Amino acid sequence: MSKMHVKLTVNGKQVEGLAEPRTLLIHFLREDLKITGPHIGCETSHCGACTVDIDGKSVKSCTTFVAQVNGADITTVEGLANDDGSLGVLQEMFREHHGLQCGFCTPGMITRAHRLLQENPTPTEEDIRFGMAGNLCRCTGYQNIVKAISASADMLNAQKEAAE
Amino acid sequence: MNDQTLTPEERATNLKGMGCARKRVEDVRFTQGKGNYVDDIKLDGMLFGAFVRSPYAHARVVSVNKEAALAVPGVVAVLTAEDLAPLGLHWMPTLAGDKQMVLADGKVLFQGQEVAYVVAEDRYIAADAAELVEVDYEELPVLTDPFEALKSDVVLREDLAGQTEGAHGPRKHHNHIFTWEQGDKDATEAVLGEADVVAEEMVYYHRTHPCPLETCGCVASMDKVTGKLTLYGTFQAPHAIRTVVSLISGLAEHNIRVISPDIGGGFGNKVGAYAGYVCSVVASIVTGQPVKWVENRMENLMATAFARDYWMQGKIAATKEGKITGLWCHTTADHGGFDACADPSKFPAGFMNICTGSYDIPTAYLAVDGVYTNKAPGGVAYRCSFRVTEAAYFIERMIEVLAIKLNMDAAELRRINFIKADQFPYQSALGWEYDSGDYHTAWDKALKAVDYDGLRAEQAQRIEEFKAGKTRKLLGIGLTHFTEIVGAGPVKNCDILGMGMFDSCEIRIHPTGSAIARIGAISQGQGHATTFAQIIASEIGLPADDITLEEGDTDTAPYGLGTYGSRSTPVAGAATAVASRKIRAKAQMIAAYLLEVHDGDLEWDVDRFAVKGAPERFKTMKEIAFAAYNQAIPGLEPGLEAVSYYDPPNMTYPFGAYICVMEIDVDTGEWDVRKFYALDDCGTRINPMIIEGQVHGGVTEALAIAMGQEIAYDEMGNVKTGTLMDFFIPTAWETPNYTTDHTVTPSPHHPIGAKGVGESPNVGGVPAFSNAVHDAFRPFGLVQSHMPHDHWRIWKIANGLGMHG
Repeated sequence: MSKMHVKLTVNGKQVEGLAEPRTLLIHFLREDLKITGPHIGCETSHCGACTVDIDGKSVKSCTTFVAQVNGADITTVEGLANDDGSLGVLQEMFREHHGLQCGFCTPGMITRAHRLLQENPTPTEEDIRFGMAGNLCRCTGYQNIVKAISASADMLNAQKEAAE
Repeated sequence: MNDQTLTPEERATNLKGMGCARKRVEDVRFTQGKGNYVDDIKLDGMLFGAFVRSPYAHARVVSVNKEAALAVPGVVAVLTAEDLAPLGLHWMPTLAGDKQMVLADGKVLFQGQEVAYVVAEDRYIAADAAELVEVDYEELPVLTDPFEALKSDVVLREDLAGQTEGAHGPRKHHNHIFTWEQGDKDATEAVLGEADVVAEEMVYYHRTHPCPLETCGCVASMDKVTGKLTLYGTFQAPHAIRTVVSLISGLAEHNIRVISPDIGGGFGNKVGAYAGYVCSVVASIVTGQPVKWVENRMENLMATAFARDYWMQGKIAATKEGKITGLWCHTTADHGGFDACADPSKFPAGFMNICTGSYDIPTAYLAVDGVYTNKAPGGVAYRCSFRVTEAAYFIERMIEVLAIKLNMDAAELRRINFIKADQFPYQSALGWEYDSGDYHTAWDKALKAVDYDGLRAEQAQRIEEFKAGKTRKLLGIGLTHFTEIVGAGPVKNCDILGMGMFDSCEIRIHPTGSAIARIGAISQGQGHATTFAQIIASEIGLPADDITLEEGDTDTAPYGLGTYGSRSTPVAGAATAVASRKIRAKAQMIAAYLLEVHDGDLEWDVDRFAVKGAPERFKTMKEIAFAAYNQAIPGLEPGLEAVSYYDPPNMTYPFGAYICVMEIDVDTGEWDVRKFYALDDCGTRINPMIIEGQVHGGVTEALAIAMGQEIAYDEMGNVKTGTLMDFFIPTAWETPNYTTDHTVTPSPHHPIGAKGVGESPNVGGVPAFSNAVHDAFRPFGLVQSHMPHDHWRIWKIANGLGMHG
């Protein structure tokens, strides 16, 4: 099958490659770019393990063709650590509040939570539960994920306040 | 270094040993997307495998034409049973003593069965080519009901024609697999005949699936130069897989290295051996290239191991005061097309004979009949120890049914029948020795915590309001007191394919006082790297942060039977404590030499050996470790390491009291969990944070199972729940918050008193949710209704009771 030229910005870096028109974004990220944080859990948009951030929106990359997002700015969980390599706020809070067990849903969870907190910096528990309902977890029962996101919101808001 | 200013308590805190809510060491990788799961593995020249699967539940395979598939550029091979037959690999043994087709050998027995295996240069080409394999089927009559299957003339397993003896005794019919009997049939029937009261009910625990978020998969890599096969995979039991691969492939076991990398949840789904593993190994041997196979979600739900599917007919006898005198159970177990249950060899129905539960029942009888049907094989323990979930659901429903018959409060009925604390160790009528328990204390604590009497008063008022037309919502109070049996198990009666179910730990102390430990178990999210280091830290006095835990690589880890059935802490955890104590024993000799005293004059003090009566004279474990490598000590070998293979003397018996308060809308069937209280007693608690996380996750799985999750078939054997659209997994939105609590009754036979906790919440959660639904409708005449209690089925209960006017 003939291939097309694809250019993307992924985690702040310009990347390019060749892909078939039918190549899914998740496969392009994982196989071609070796960005294996986003995972494949269902291939039908239900589980959210493949969630990435595309131009400021949470997107399930298992049902997106890479051709659809040519030129886009993409952030994956790999792009959410601090510049010095230490854990970002969400990553640290997931660890602190035991918001993960097997770790398979975690990259999608954290990437979705990152966008949720941009959409709503002061979410209630209900907002978090509704806003995270596109991401499935089989291990944690969500209680500690909700706690981790809520604590992240508090910490990010405190940081923002201190900076102002 | 010889810090004398810290108190023993402060020194113990610094170790982050047992009892500490230590943060997980795994999470630094996982939160950054730096886990290494099987699909992350990429090897040079790696090929991809994809299956052609049967669309029919029962059909003869007339022909398989590979030509069009082979013509696709990039396709390397297409394997069928014909190709595997010369190697003797077209069938493989199952863990239950049966055999299973690797690729369809003349017929298929369930929808989704593997028919051909396509190997190609990338996963897209493999999928394309799989579509082009032409298979000619001739449909056969389909049997999806185990009771029908036992009467039908249709023979499912023609390969077993004429065999009247199976792996577990006589077969009564051509679709019958085994009968397993426990307890005293005549005595139980006599008790039933003479009893004041007998309650009888059919309790069905429906077919479901563990559905870990990561599906099953592997990468097989045969190095033709060294003759060594490396097999990476989502294996809950890597050593057992190595032995199985050796036995069926003929490769010498030392030439096989099995590696379980990070595993994205298992819950029993990743215990067994699947056709994908065999085909990938064969394909790698044939091509000399690495071959990856990762199933998709639909394949996972349709073809890899299911759980439950037990029809449990029960009779429970009691005096009119409510003292239980006998329990009778006959179970019809639907095993699908092959008996691929993952149970210890001598237990074809697992530990179903724990079905007397938490109660002192003097006389009992259990019989289980295994049956073939046109469904997927499996029968794994979905976050459970070999059918304990089925047993717990059965007895906890029968208690409720008996309470209705006696017109008694179900909490009180439980209380008067609990095994008493002074009866332990307790011999059950079905053959187990319960190690320890204090059920009354746990029960009273739970009832008080939820204000049980207040809830019943509120429920009574709600019923009045409902009858007066003021509300359409009912209140259900779901009670459960479960007893588990985990930690398989003693080698004398527990083995898998002949391998005893011990487990192991090897610890090496480095000269500077840090350590590496390896165990025979493997984490799938349980956090072993965190908790096992805590056990070692408390036992030998080195900080948990200075201890690396490795597992899952059969070339380096000692042999063990893996992680399932809540066996890691009870068995590998015990091995870890014993290995630690061996190290401490040698350390005592070294300290005695360094302090120039007799080793009997030393005592252990958190992280050091000190001279009795002279605590200022001591050697810390760190100092001792260095001495082990740089001193010539008469009579002692250099170095400081130990290994333990631990054969547990008994199983462990964790227990718990769970209470669910549920609101139910009788017009829509919608439910809302208002409160869920979970009290667990898992003996000694290693990491309370991780225990709580296990309970949250397990109860959520129980919520799914009880309230909607199922593997359903139509009458043609089509799987109706093959994607996450149809197969219920609760989101954050419908999952409630849980209140956790505990009591601590250590196991008397376990080195650190720990019992295991991972599976308790699934075992106890399902009856708690189901009993809440039943309890809500009890005042309106409901006795028994089968799970899953989805909105439609709850609506049907209300409708059947005439509640819709």
